Amino acid sequence: MAGRPKAQDPKLLRRLLRAKDRMDAASHEEWPVERLASVSGVSEAHFARSFKDAFGVPPHRYLLTRRIERAKALLRDTDQPIIDIAFQTGWNSLGTFGRIFRDITGESPSELRARERAADHSLKEVPHCFVSAAHRPNLKMAVSEKRRRDAGDNGSAPDDTEVP
Amino acid sequence: MSQGVGVSGIYVRDQDEALSFYVDKLGFIVHTDAKNGDYRWLTVQYPGQASFQLGLFKPQPPTVDEATAETLNEVVSKGAMPPLVLIVDDCRAAYERFSQAGVEFTQEPIERYGSVDASFRDPSGNGWKLIQAR
Repeated sequence: MAGRPKAQDPKLLRRLLRAKDRMDAASHEEWPVERLASVSGVSEAHFARSFKDAFGVPPHRYLLTRRIERAKALLRDTDQPIIDIAFQTGWNSLGTFGRIFRDITGESPSELRARERAADHSLKEVPHCFVSAAHRPNLKMAVSEKRRRDAGDNGSAPDDTEVP
Repeated sequence: MSQGVGVSGIYVRDQDEALSFYVDKLGFIVHTDAKNGDYRWLTVQYPGQASFQLGLFKPQPPTVDEATAETLNEVVSKGAMPPLVLIVDDCRAAYERFSQAGVEFTQEPIERYGSVDASFRDPSGNGWKLIQAR
């Protein structure tokens, strides 16, 4: 079903936005559907679909992009060890963090850190949150699918689920 | 009379609700509230900032058709409108005051980059950054 999703009630959208805001504010926390649904006052059965219709991505993929965005900012702006950044942004293992980070951004956390350090920054006058939104990874497909495509569809099945 | 931007508006889903939010909760004052039939020109000002009015406008006919109005209401309620920034002397104090008044904060005050900032939304979904003046 391509094209514009059917119109959604602005009051429902405003409540779905609340769930998105809560993930933004605490992307390192766990956000199972029941928690998000209760923030929005929507049934668990309808939440994921309504969220995707409203914001274009499933809720857990949205969460993933926010975590990577935060991790990228911490890699860029701090000297914290990568393992600390991984745990701080919501991953339970350094391995999973590194793998998903590479799947999404195309480079490893340490490569990104080295590259960002070398680049000149002229964004100091832009409020932080907008800079951070501009750096948000534009994740249009499931991480598992992206990995499959990048691997040239060689049949190696990914062993991670998308939900971190 | 100084030159510059005098009025800039945001879309709100309900002007009474918006008026109550901006005036009663955030402390803005009404500059103009003029009705002409169904149309209502409503602007507010931040106390002491006489040169600028913030318009609280409802997307509605005749300025836009019904279908467009519906689309605009959707866009606002998804939080997709451009950012707004409110500058205050003391971000934490404003956060306390606004929270007590029932403002929905989406980020508590954080000290960074030599300032303190927080975020909140109005009832329609417009997002504000609350930034402490440096």
